[in-house]
Amino acid sequence: MDVLSLESVIYALLALLALALVFGAILGFASERFKVEGNPIVDQINDLLPQTQCGQCGHPGCKPYAEGIANGEPINKCPPGGQATINALADLLDLEPMALDDEHGEEKPPMVANIREDECIGCTKCIQACPVDAILGAAKQMHTVITDECTGCDLCVEPCPVDCIDMVPIATTTQNWQWPLPSSSEQSGMQLIATDKQGEVA
Amino acid sequence: MSAIPLRTIHDFPGGVHPQENKEQSTRTPIAIPPLPARLVLPLNQHSGAPAQPVVSAGEHVLKGQLLAKATGFVSAPVHAPTSGTISSLEMHPVPHWSGLEESCLILLPDGKDEWCSLSPIEDYRTAEREELVERIHDAGIVGLGGAGFPAAVKMSSRKASKIHTLVVNGAECEPYITADDMLMRERAAQLVSGIEILQHMLAPEQVLIGIEDNKPEAIATMEKACAGKAGIEVCTVPTKYPSGDAQRLIWLLTGKEVPNDSRSVDIGILCYNVGTIVAVHDAIVHGKPLISRITTLTGSALSRPGNVEALIGTPAEHLLVFAGIDNDTFHTLIQGGPMMGHTLDTTAVPVIKTSNCFIAGTAQEFPAAPPAQACIRCGLCADACPIELLPQQLHWYAKSQNHDQLQHHNLFDCIECGACAYVCPSAIPLVQYYRAAKDEIRTHKARTEKSERSRVRFEQRQARLEAAAAEKEARRKANAEKARKLKEAKAAAATAPEKSEAKAEAEADPIQAAIQRAKAKKAARAAGTDSPAKPAKPARPQLSPKQKELKIQLSMAKAQLKKSERALPQMEEGSPEANKLKDDIALVQKQLEQLQTEFDAASSAPAEAPAATEKPVKAKKPALSDDEKKRKIELAMKKAALKKAERALAVAEEAGSDQVDTLRQARDEKRQALADAENTGVQA
Repeated sequence: MDVLSLESVIYALLALLALALVFGAILGFASERFKVEGNPIVDQINDLLPQTQCGQCGHPGCKPYAEGIANGEPINKCPPGGQATINALADLLDLEPMALDDEHGEEKPPMVANIREDECIGCTKCIQACPVDAILGAAKQMHTVITDECTGCDLCVEPCPVDCIDMVPIATTTQNWQWPLPSSSEQSGMQLIATDKQGEVA
Repeated sequence: MSAIPLRTIHDFPGGVHPQENKEQSTRTPIAIPPLPARLVLPLNQHSGAPAQPVVSAGEHVLKGQLLAKATGFVSAPVHAPTSGTISSLEMHPVPHWSGLEESCLILLPDGKDEWCSLSPIEDYRTAEREELVERIHDAGIVGLGGAGFPAAVKMSSRKASKIHTLVVNGAECEPYITADDMLMRERAAQLVSGIEILQHMLAPEQVLIGIEDNKPEAIATMEKACAGKAGIEVCTVPTKYPSGDAQRLIWLLTGKEVPNDSRSVDIGILCYNVGTIVAVHDAIVHGKPLISRITTLTGSALSRPGNVEALIGTPAEHLLVFAGIDNDTFHTLIQGGPMMGHTLDTTAVPVIKTSNCFIAGTAQEFPAAPPAQACIRCGLCADACPIELLPQQLHWYAKSQNHDQLQHHNLFDCIECGACAYVCPSAIPLVQYYRAAKDEIRTHKARTEKSERSRVRFEQRQARLEAAAAEKEARRKANAEKARKLKEAKAAAATAPEKSEAKAEAEADPIQAAIQRAKAKKAARAAGTDSPAKPAKPARPQLSPKQKELKIQLSMAKAQLKKSERALPQMEEGSPEANKLKDDIALVQKQLEQLQTEFDAASSAPAEAPAATEKPVKAKKPALSDDEKKRKIELAMKKAALKKAERALAVAEEAGSDQVDTLRQARDEKRQALADAENTGVQA
């Protein structure tokens, strides 16, 4: 009996060992096969940032700031993203939402660069400054902004030697106009029941 | 009165029965209002990209002439509704919810109403499908029911799919609107002709004309017009709002539901409004573009409500005056019906292709909405919703801007029919919440897409800059490597100078060779001017190249002299520059004389010397042939090699190296080579 039980214990141990080896191999393979490149949290943060690449946060682009945030930097350094981005980041990172840090600029409506084309001397300085290649032109040729690609980052304004670049707010047209939510006065300011209102009028 | 419906009508869930108010505008036939003083033609009267003007201000245009061409796949052109002059392209209020202005062409009619030449298709039955589609597109036909989706795009967007059913939408479920009703009553023949054109083009198995049972006259007329036509069936549907929605009507007539995120063409069904089909008939049979439409003018503030065939671009105020507007009681102007339409801030807005109705209401007719109250979760909205959504849930989520939950609850399937708001006992403006939430989500999506694109562009730019920097670095490294090798080689040459090596070196690097040549020249010049003893050193045959060298020096000095002399008269007499120049000239002249004497002294070949002395400059010039140049370069190279060898020898001698003998030998070899080369040069 004793021998038998010892044998069964050995068999059990062997079986466990074999299982451990098999699963170890599977895990090892999986960790190689499904390896995650880079830090996924950085990418998640980067997805929330507005990608204007304006550098107002003090980093040379949004990705470096995302890396900064992942390393514990404050989340309120992004003026183009504004409060919405801060809230989204706070949500993602489980932090307290905070107010935008004024040091890095204030939240502005979305802007787009506009080159006054007859004043452009074709120096290509703005082209070199544009982080998203949204300015088209060549040396001694007039430049123009690809409005759809412009992030409104402001970086092209400074290098222009003839000051012919303006940042203009994106105009509201019938194409981008938005329905407003029913105004809050309708909702909270006038919490009357209809008969009260009628009573008032009469 | 009519035949028993052959078709089972599949009732859709929900729906409401608002007061119809249709009888006011059906008492009189379709009228044609007088020409207005100006027509306002927005460039964007359809869904999709705005049209692009092809006429300029001041241009005279004829009725039906193209004014603005379509831009892109989903777009439609705009045509002149009458003849006249284009006065300007300006921002003008348009019938849009926002009340914003859009760019519009302003046409001042000349009153002649003169058509441009039309090219109708004689027999559409023999025409290619593509040609007909193109005609419909070029005629600027868009869905006249309200959405304004370009009709040609709809029929050609899914080429592969087979259309088995054509649904003709004559349901017209919105209260007040009777434009389609009157059109079917008065233009049944054109409508049937249009249907036949579409039958020819799309070859559907069946054509179902859906008409609500509150339009008995239209049903009777259509049944009469369709009698004996194969495959066309007039179907009466019960009056229930919103049966006129294309997808509700498809459900009613076929029992099929268009899946989420796809269009009716995807399930083989195409749906056109009756007005659109009449426009197709006009475009194919008469060649006329879409320049007018039937519009209902109604509302209690009008004394003569009715339907008019209004030119596109006619200002609403013109039509309202035609319909007898009472400005004292007039309170609200609504475009579209009271359920899905919207109020307009101004009566200056024009009729556009999608304007099916203008309601001029009085204050009693359209009182201000009562204040919204809290949702009591009564569930009436859910019962009324024809799409079976959960309106109150959507309302909560829209209020809290919970976009994920809104999409989860299929907000984008909402057709904004307003049935939920109509039944809401708390008078919550539900549809406005949904519209706001939809716009918010769309904007958010667009922003995310743009930021994604910006990210990609930024990364690509970074990669490009890095690649450029890396390339530069690599080039710099390669150059450094080359310089290092050269240095090594030089060092090697210094210790063991070999002709071949020096030559290879010179060949390997043209710049280096050029520098060497320049150095050789300089050295030669120095030898010529500074050390008169040196020319004596070389062996006899080397004297003639020496002569040549001197000759070059001579001619160069002469050229300089000439230049200076030429410059002199231009200078102001007595100025410091002129004096300096004079001094220079004197110096050069002196040098020239010295060179001349040296040259004479050095010359031992009498045959060559006289020519050189007499006219050195002229003698120099013909010597500048390519062959000569090449030889000169070779000579210079050899001289340089010799110099190097001599230098190396000197170094070696100084150091007392044991290589002195080999170096000396190398020098002699080089000297010999140089002499040979010079000889051949002289002979040549």
